[in-house]
Amino acid sequence: MNSRVENKLFDLTRDDEQRMSQETMERFAANEIREVAKNADEVGATPSSFFEKTAELGLALLPIPEPLGGAGMLRSPVSNSLNAQDLAWGDLALALGTISPQAFVNTVLDQGTDAQREQYLPKFCDGRFLAASTALTEPRATFDPMVPQCTARPDGDDYVLSGEKCMVPFGESAELLLVIAYLEDNGPRAFVVEGSPKGLTRTREEHMGLRTLELATLRFEDTPVPASAMLGEKAFDLQRFVSLSRIGLCSLAVGCCQGVLDYVTEYVNERTAFGEPISNRQAVAFMVADMAIELDAMRLMTLRAASRAEQGLDFHEQAFLAKVACAEHAMKIGTNGVQLLGGHGFCR
Amino acid sequence: MIQLEISEQHQKTYENARLLAEHMMRPYSRKYDKAEHTFPKEMEEVSAILAQNASKPRGDKPEKDSATVKNGGNIAAVVGMQALAWGDLGLFLAIPGSGLGNAAINAVGTAEQRAKFGKTYAAMCITEPGTGSDSANISTTAVRDGDEWVLNGEKIYVTAGQQSDTLVVWATLDKSRGKAAIKSFIVPKGTPGCEVTRLEHKMGIRASDTAAISFSDCRIPLENILGNAEIAVDEEGRKKSFGGVMQTFDNTRPPVAAMALGIARAALDMARDLLSKEGIFLDYSTKPSNCSAIEAELYKMEAEFEGARLLVLKAAWMADNGKPNSKEASMCKAKGGRMGNYVTLRCVELCQSLGYSEQNLLEKFARDSKIVDIFEGTQQIQQLIVARQVLGKSSSELK
Repeated sequence: MNSRVENKLFDLTRDDEQRMSQETMERFAANEIREVAKNADEVGATPSSFFEKTAELGLALLPIPEPLGGAGMLRSPVSNSLNAQDLAWGDLALALGTISPQAFVNTVLDQGTDAQREQYLPKFCDGRFLAASTALTEPRATFDPMVPQCTARPDGDDYVLSGEKCMVPFGESAELLLVIAYLEDNGPRAFVVEGSPKGLTRTREEHMGLRTLELATLRFEDTPVPASAMLGEKAFDLQRFVSLSRIGLCSLAVGCCQGVLDYVTEYVNERTAFGEPISNRQAVAFMVADMAIELDAMRLMTLRAASRAEQGLDFHEQAFLAKVACAEHAMKIGTNGVQLLGGHGFCR
Repeated sequence: MIQLEISEQHQKTYENARLLAEHMMRPYSRKYDKAEHTFPKEMEEVSAILAQNASKPRGDKPEKDSATVKNGGNIAAVVGMQALAWGDLGLFLAIPGSGLGNAAINAVGTAEQRAKFGKTYAAMCITEPGTGSDSANISTTAVRDGDEWVLNGEKIYVTAGQQSDTLVVWATLDKSRGKAAIKSFIVPKGTPGCEVTRLEHKMGIRASDTAAISFSDCRIPLENILGNAEIAVDEEGRKKSFGGVMQTFDNTRPPVAAMALGIARAALDMARDLLSKEGIFLDYSTKPSNCSAIEAELYKMEAEFEGARLLVLKAAWMADNGKPNSKEASMCKAKGGRMGNYVTLRCVELCQSLGYSEQNLLEKFARDSKIVDIFEGTQQIQQLIVARQVLGKSSSELK
């Protein structure tokens, strides 16, 4: 009763559950992610046991209803954001892989039918890691997530998919994929693609970063999917899906930048030049101050969008602006981090 | 629970102040920008309305224990400030009773001092011709003579120095003893020996006078000192006494940052309005790299504004909840100041001749906003404070 009033106050305090999972995530990020991150980046692959370990965090099964084998926790965009932030402190690519199945699960919970939940979600509840993810991005320079060019068209009682998706996490091996396509004359829809249907080619791609992550391009050539695999009964709310994804990406950016700030702070305090720590000089110190300032602004914008989503308020503008801010400042923080380490930043 | 919307009560505070700003300040913006050094008499009515609202009984408040989150006076201050600065920053600074001196008297004054001077318009005299950001270096002296203090020195950049009734003056009891000897004194205007010697001509906030004031053998009663007259002898005491003075800035920096929010919002609102007449709207859907350059720039400005706004709210929220917020207060002041400068000037540029022309207020917003990145600690001073805290440095290590 009191909580209603309280809920409407501006507040930045994590609740008890969020504090507990902060501890878990931070420990995992430090011990399991950061420890393996450098080597994983160099060899361009995730250590084989890594994702099995992430299953212990239970991120995917937490929001799944108990009757389906999950923990039945209320889905919280704020908690999801905080978890992603804490994990990405360890390593952006490994954190993205860790939360990818969660994006699949949450979207099925968010927009799927009961039958679809029963069909797909128990697979995430047996304690092992299930490679699953969402396929939204398409390989075009002017790609707009709101206007997918990958298409679906009816074929008898079923559908066939055509087009290309890229940068799909676990794109080569995923057992479950959620593919966003444009349904002729109808608008955007999401389709669950299981296993290896005919007409689907998966090609592993290497990138500038995210090297540990198995990213792939998916090519659909009249790939059949059953009607039951089209998510939800009504039109797919693509804007909602995109905005929630944006919050997820911003959260990863925040965590990654916190990792940069912490690393750089330690370095500039230890590195001496001309007889004193380089952090005694304003040219260095002010760069660090600006990193801290912009990072906090990124964090608050991301959390505001998440918290509006959680309260059922419209959150698209906030998510959009958070992405604008994070894209700008995360890049600056990252490259300034390299700059502050000088030659040591440039060398692997 | 993490929740970043302002409360209903504060939303109402914002809306009321915004109405006041729109109808009782904005119409006079250009008039007093042109008529520099003329007292904007219309602000007396604004002052009366603000005073009335402030003294309204607030109704029954539930008892709150310390574990409960509070949204109080600090958030109200930044929210109200943003709305009034949206109207006009120069005019806001000319509203009787809005002075920094009032803040100081209310924060550290005795009951008698508050009763006697709290309701007057009190200006703050800190800066001197040779001393700006290094305020511990002031040279104005206060010497005790019987039951009076005798002040000598020169102060500059006194906001509303001409218009105010009361001055709060920083002076040293003994310059050789450094920070610990700096005290502040209440000087009623009209005291013999206290004289306004010059009014500055400025780039912006022209509705607010900025005065140079000299003190020559200016005598005030002994009880007009704010705080006690002791000079701390040990290091800890010295830090504490001057630190106490500086800490009041932790409370005033978020509202000053909120001034930047107000002007930036005003510029963005006006620019978007002008641009909408030429068919430019934001749908918050097309990503910036696929938009026109104007739209992309508007998104960037909206994002910078929102980041600054949330930093200001965070610092105020920390103050409301008794959390030390020195770092966050400086963070929001740094971000607010530079965001305000960037947004207001960019709005001028985006609207081209409409922005540059005095037919609209965009050029004025750009001129007004510059001061916010200077007074109450420049951008660089804020960066210094933030850097020291993030890096764990003392002021002697990171100068």
